[in-house]
Amino acid sequence: MSKAIQEKVLIVRNLTRQFGEGCEKCRSNPGTLERNYCPHCQTIYATREVSFDLYRGEILGIVGESGSGKSTLVRTLYFDQEATEGEAFLMDFEEGRENILKVSSQQKRYLRDYLLGMVYQNPFLGLKMKFSALSNVAEKLIAAGGRHVGTMTDRAHELLDVVTIEDYRRKDAPENFSGGMQQRVQIAKALSNNPPVLFLDEVTTGLDLSVQANVLDLIKEIQRNLGISMVIVSHDLGVIRMLADRTLVMLDGRVIEAGLTDQILEDPQHPYTQKLVQSLL
Amino acid sequence: MTPGIENRLLRIDHLSKEFTLHHLQRKIRGCEEISFTVNHGEFVGITGKSGSGKSTILKSIYRTYLPQRGEILYDSEAFGEIDLSKASEQEIIYLRQYEIGYVSQFLRTMPRTTAKAIVEKAVLEMGHSQAVAEKETAAILSHFELDEALWDVYPQNFSGGEKLRLNVAAAMIKKPRLLLLDEPTASLDEHNKAKVRELIEKLKVDGTTMLGIFHDLEFMQGLVDKQFNMDQGGFI
Repeated sequence: MSKAIQEKVLIVRNLTRQFGEGCEKCRSNPGTLERNYCPHCQTIYATREVSFDLYRGEILGIVGESGSGKSTLVRTLYFDQEATEGEAFLMDFEEGRENILKVSSQQKRYLRDYLLGMVYQNPFLGLKMKFSALSNVAEKLIAAGGRHVGTMTDRAHELLDVVTIEDYRRKDAPENFSGGMQQRVQIAKALSNNPPVLFLDEVTTGLDLSVQANVLDLIKEIQRNLGISMVIVSHDLGVIRMLADRTLVMLDGRVIEAGLTDQILEDPQHPYTQKLVQSLL
Repeated sequence: MTPGIENRLLRIDHLSKEFTLHHLQRKIRGCEEISFTVNHGEFVGITGKSGSGKSTILKSIYRTYLPQRGEILYDSEAFGEIDLSKASEQEIIYLRQYEIGYVSQFLRTMPRTTAKAIVEKAVLEMGHSQAVAEKETAAILSHFELDEALWDVYPQNFSGGEKLRLNVAAAMIKKPRLLLLDEPTASLDEHNKAKVRELIEKLKVDGTTMLGIFHDLEFMQGLVDKQFNMDQGGFI
């Protein structure tokens, strides 16, 4: 019966990242928090008990204002930041039996090199700006066990073809690239190990509209052709509407609403989501 | 044929939907205590003034709206009987892809997608090959007499009638088990209405069950098997 439904590739349960110890008051009654801050013990909850499932081949959107915890969420899952509590299971790792948030740092490196990809809003976080575009992609290929120079160069060219970086620019360093090109190199790099799960954190924020359109089309094309599951974080409902089948809405570190994207847009339930949808141009 | 329970495709039972507008601290009625059934192969029409809640029913079935109370029992090929108001998002996504189609008068598509690609995508989603998709797309776009010069154009600046025909084509090409029609003839001239009608008749012969809302009572004549009239959120 359920064979018609795609399988889950990532399961996240009660993921919390907090700054501070927490106290009796905020642990027993989250209602005492002012937004995401406990006035009694000064603890800040960047994300609080976030749970979701990601299915094979789908794009899941996470939308929310600055400071809602959406970037913290994906960065925690990519191990850039450490989760305080919670569990995450990746089906392609130990058949989903190990909580990846608690594995050794060596295993985390393996997960990043082989099974996960990340594209940051700020290309400085994802690229080595002074190395050529080719070397940037090759770096990730080496990390993912590549040893043969010829094969890796071919693969790097193939990926840069996908993201349409012209041949004559590939030996240039991304510091000399435009913002849109830098994002495309980042995407090529993130795709190089063929990850089953890709995180995209505000990848089109700050790009001008036509360049943003190129990057969005590229993401859609990658999903269609490669079937990679993606979590796409954006404050822009337009981006989410275009890409995501399902959407989570975050506010003050918590998921306040989740549903099919068209339902979130046409019949939002939470006051904040209603306000957000009404702000859509 | 006497319609029995085994013949039922959709049963709506005491469906109620209201909208809470938090910024106004107000509730708006969508539909109230709606109950009816649609049998396999039937074409059921809902009529009523604009604002009477017709679309609310259709959008609740498609789960673009979340109803508060009542059941929407759909006899699915993949899952057996399933309550669409409580089914998981994954189940709904599956059903939208393979079993339930929705046509509205508004075109909502991915930007920068050509008319042809929109229809082809609908076929590809069903798991057919690119070759099949291209062939069927050409056939249906020709049927709707969409000028070939427009096939490779982004439909954003199509006329109302062209957009609607494209919408209808993309939904009908999938030959869904259940097709929801939200005023599919709203901005069409007589000639194109006849085209839609022709295709509806063909789908009906092929076994597609349809639930449609119409302003146009004349269009419905001789096409629908059952008809409900709505006023102020309920059936009269």
